[in-house]
Amino acid sequence: MRISLTLLFALLLVLSSRFLFAADIPAADTEVLAETDSSFATAQQLETLLRELTEASLSDSADILRQLETAGGRRVLPLVTSMLSGDLYFDETTRQVMRMVESQGVRTGTDILTGTGVDAMSTRQLGKIRVNNRLRVLLREAIARINMLEGDVTERLSAAQEILRDLSDGNVALLMQAREVEEERDVLELINVGISMHILSGAYTSAERIAATAVLAERLESPVRNLLDSMLSESGRNEQDAAVRAAVQEAVTSINRKVNFYLRVEQLFYGLSLGSVLLLAAIGLAVTFGVMGVINMAHGEMLMLGAYTTFVVQSVMPGLINYSLWVAVPAAFIVTAIVGVLIQRYVIRYLNGRPLETLLATFGISLILQQTVRTIFSPLNKLVVSPDWMSGAWQVNPVLSFTNNRLYILLFSVIVFFILLFILKKTTLGLQVRAVAQNRNMAKAMGIRTDRLDALTFALGSGVAGVAGVALSQLTNVGPNLGQAYIIDSFMVVVFGGVGNLWGTLVGAFTLGVSSKILEPATGAVLAKILMLVFIILFIQVRPKGLFPQKGRAAE
Amino acid sequence: MSTKPLFSKCLTFTGTCAITIASLLALPSAFAQDTIKVGVLHSLSGTMAISETTLKDTVLMMVSEQNKKGGLLGKQLEAVVVDPASDWPLFAEKARELISQENVDVIFGAWTSVSRKSVLPVLEELNGLMFYPVQYEGEESSKNVFYTGAAPNQQAIPAVDYLMEELEVERWVLAGTDYVYPRTTNRILEAYLRAAGVAPEDIMINYTPFSHSDWQSIVADIKRFGSAGKKTAVVSTINGDANVPFYRELGNQGISSDDIPVIAFSVGEEELSGIDTSPLVGHMAAWNYFQSVDTPENEAFIEAWHAFIGNTNRVTNDPMEATFIGFNMWVKAVEKAGTTDVDAVERAMIGIETPNLTGGIAVMDKNHHLSKPVLIGEIQDDGQFEVVWESDGLVVGDAWSDYLEGSKDLISDWTDPIRCGNYNTVTATCSGQVY
Repeated sequence: MRISLTLLFALLLVLSSRFLFAADIPAADTEVLAETDSSFATAQQLETLLRELTEASLSDSADILRQLETAGGRRVLPLVTSMLSGDLYFDETTRQVMRMVESQGVRTGTDILTGTGVDAMSTRQLGKIRVNNRLRVLLREAIARINMLEGDVTERLSAAQEILRDLSDGNVALLMQAREVEEERDVLELINVGISMHILSGAYTSAERIAATAVLAERLESPVRNLLDSMLSESGRNEQDAAVRAAVQEAVTSINRKVNFYLRVEQLFYGLSLGSVLLLAAIGLAVTFGVMGVINMAHGEMLMLGAYTTFVVQSVMPGLINYSLWVAVPAAFIVTAIVGVLIQRYVIRYLNGRPLETLLATFGISLILQQTVRTIFSPLNKLVVSPDWMSGAWQVNPVLSFTNNRLYILLFSVIVFFILLFILKKTTLGLQVRAVAQNRNMAKAMGIRTDRLDALTFALGSGVAGVAGVALSQLTNVGPNLGQAYIIDSFMVVVFGGVGNLWGTLVGAFTLGVSSKILEPATGAVLAKILMLVFIILFIQVRPKGLFPQKGRAAE
Repeated sequence: MSTKPLFSKCLTFTGTCAITIASLLALPSAFAQDTIKVGVLHSLSGTMAISETTLKDTVLMMVSEQNKKGGLLGKQLEAVVVDPASDWPLFAEKARELISQENVDVIFGAWTSVSRKSVLPVLEELNGLMFYPVQYEGEESSKNVFYTGAAPNQQAIPAVDYLMEELEVERWVLAGTDYVYPRTTNRILEAYLRAAGVAPEDIMINYTPFSHSDWQSIVADIKRFGSAGKKTAVVSTINGDANVPFYRELGNQGISSDDIPVIAFSVGEEELSGIDTSPLVGHMAAWNYFQSVDTPENEAFIEAWHAFIGNTNRVTNDPMEATFIGFNMWVKAVEKAGTTDVDAVERAMIGIETPNLTGGIAVMDKNHHLSKPVLIGEIQDDGQFEVVWESDGLVVGDAWSDYLEGSKDLISDWTDPIRCGNYNTVTATCSGQVY
């Protein structure tokens, strides 16, 4: 219990710092810079090499790149960066090499050496300078070497990280050189790590190497861990000096302790994230099934409709993808709420108190909705784009990172939960909903229009499911079958948490999420899923009313 | 007879009514014997629809083109499309329906191996003929099936060789969907890697269910596995729409192709058209065809496809080429045999040559597999592949892997005198099992 609390606390700390310091993350700036530095080779030499590059095969390109780097130094930086990003083209007649960027249908070209603009529209024949994975590695290393001495802070930081992977003599010399001029603390630390790694693995005195080990013991970077592991392993470097070996052993133990802690945090995060998906999928059902008692097999299709609404919104506003989700959330709520009202008014209303018939009817509706979507949108999955702010990950340290989309969806699910909780507990609508759920006839006698209220409640549950669908569209495939994948999970969560209890749904979702992620590394994804289902079956045997059963007279 | 009594009867005797209506519907087809029927058995819904719908359209296109050329043996071709809905047992039912009720002369169909395995007993019982257009795990050669996709030695093994030699990969993640194709392919690959001196701790095998969407912990595991200092690559046999969230997660966790390249055997242009490929640039796929291949045959095929489907944004892919080759071969074999009779066509098929789309000639070998070129392509930011490696000439398809115990002594030879799909060269017997 205490361990999990500590973990939760650590995660919260980590999460909160994420939002506090979000503004400090510097934007990556790839300014094309072309200083004329005559101490390097003449421009002519570079141009000959460039011409060769346009004609070279993939295997020859590597050699030409090395020559370009030695000849041009910093001047080839725009060349290598745009080659890495695949924006490097050449004019097939003049052999002029240029960087070509296309944004919003407009192509702009700049000469790669001089930085002057090239009339991109008039260039008839463009050839692309091709790269493959092998070249990409070379390019990345070249960029690191160039940036190490002259880049800005972020560039130097990633350069130092890159150099750690390959500590050749030349690179170590470069690090030594950089250490003299470096002022930024973070970069300097990384440089020292590199030099320490070199000392530890090189021919130095025991004292020097033990001191180097002390520096490395504080780091989590994978090259450091690999080096230390290899010092101890018999098939690796297999350190003979007993004193050094003991120091390395100690460093490895302390690093492993940290790594294991972060692994736990990561696992917890994955569990919470899976839990948030389950919560989103189940929360609408918690209203329609949990509060109203309607076994709604078409619930999954509400999720699907929400996801498709996102797709439609994005196709209507293609230029504004970054804002599309803000529009999609209310749009999905309205669309699915309307569908929900229609289903309630024209089908479920007539089946009040007949759960089996309701089950069959809503199952039929779910098939109808799936086929409708299939007819309108085709059976193929639709591409829902992730906005920029949802892609990527937040790297806490070398062993711990959180992907942004999961982070936002976790946050979103909790917000949706509390809004729903607020509606049910603090508004008149919520009061009436709960009254009807507890005793329909009594509520009716007190003047509540139960018929209208049923429709509203169903609309609310369906609308929330639609909103969840928007979030799911960011994680999974948007296709006619989307709902099918979640319907079982949703019922599982609601039943496990206790029918009629929103808190139960929250706790149930996160419990199932975290425990299945704890199981997964040991059993694999397939078996973990089976074990979870077996667990639920056994649990329901012991506590048929779930984690948090309704108590008192309302329960009957 | 007015319709009203029929309908009221329907309400009371639903069973009889269904039979009546079904037989009424079946009538027209029973009399239409002046056409040659081509069955299309591809999922148009469910998890595999993303891949298989295109193949249905390809067959329809080939049929309509053949009809424009005057049909076959003086008759028009007629396509009969059914939807097995990504439901494996339903494939068997639909195949039975195609052969015994619709009387089709040939079936083009199936994608996943589990669906092919489900159809096999029906084909052999009713002596049907099927063309299977997808790369698969091998270890099979049925008299009634022609395999126009790649066998493992035409895709998986060359891909692993490329990674080993060109990218110097030493650590391997074999990730796949949990069914027969990935499991068998990974078994072959594991045996192959072990034989090449890779230590067991340098191989990680992972299976996930169909339509898996929560990839975060698996991708994190791969990242961790790949940070051990040795160059690591992922060999992916992940099938269907699970690929989209998988690649998305790779992009989000910042795994670029130069850190840990992923080479996929089931991801082509069609699958990529569902995602933003910019974070995937450099990840690879091994196939026998890419849309980007620059040959006149391919250009004509793409043009015909765009005209047929009415959308110039639609892509072409390897299983489409395999369908194209299979269809053309079947047409040639029927012309050669002068009949659509399954046994005659089956014998006529062996040795048939038709041009493929990559500038070579596809040959049907006596083991019912094709000789194919092997290509490895890197994903580009426009969703196309750029070929980075190509085999020297054609590679002959090998039905039984040489790297598995029990399979390495087997060969398939459907010519006389052997005529056996699993002939044991050591004991010189046909094992008797039909596949």
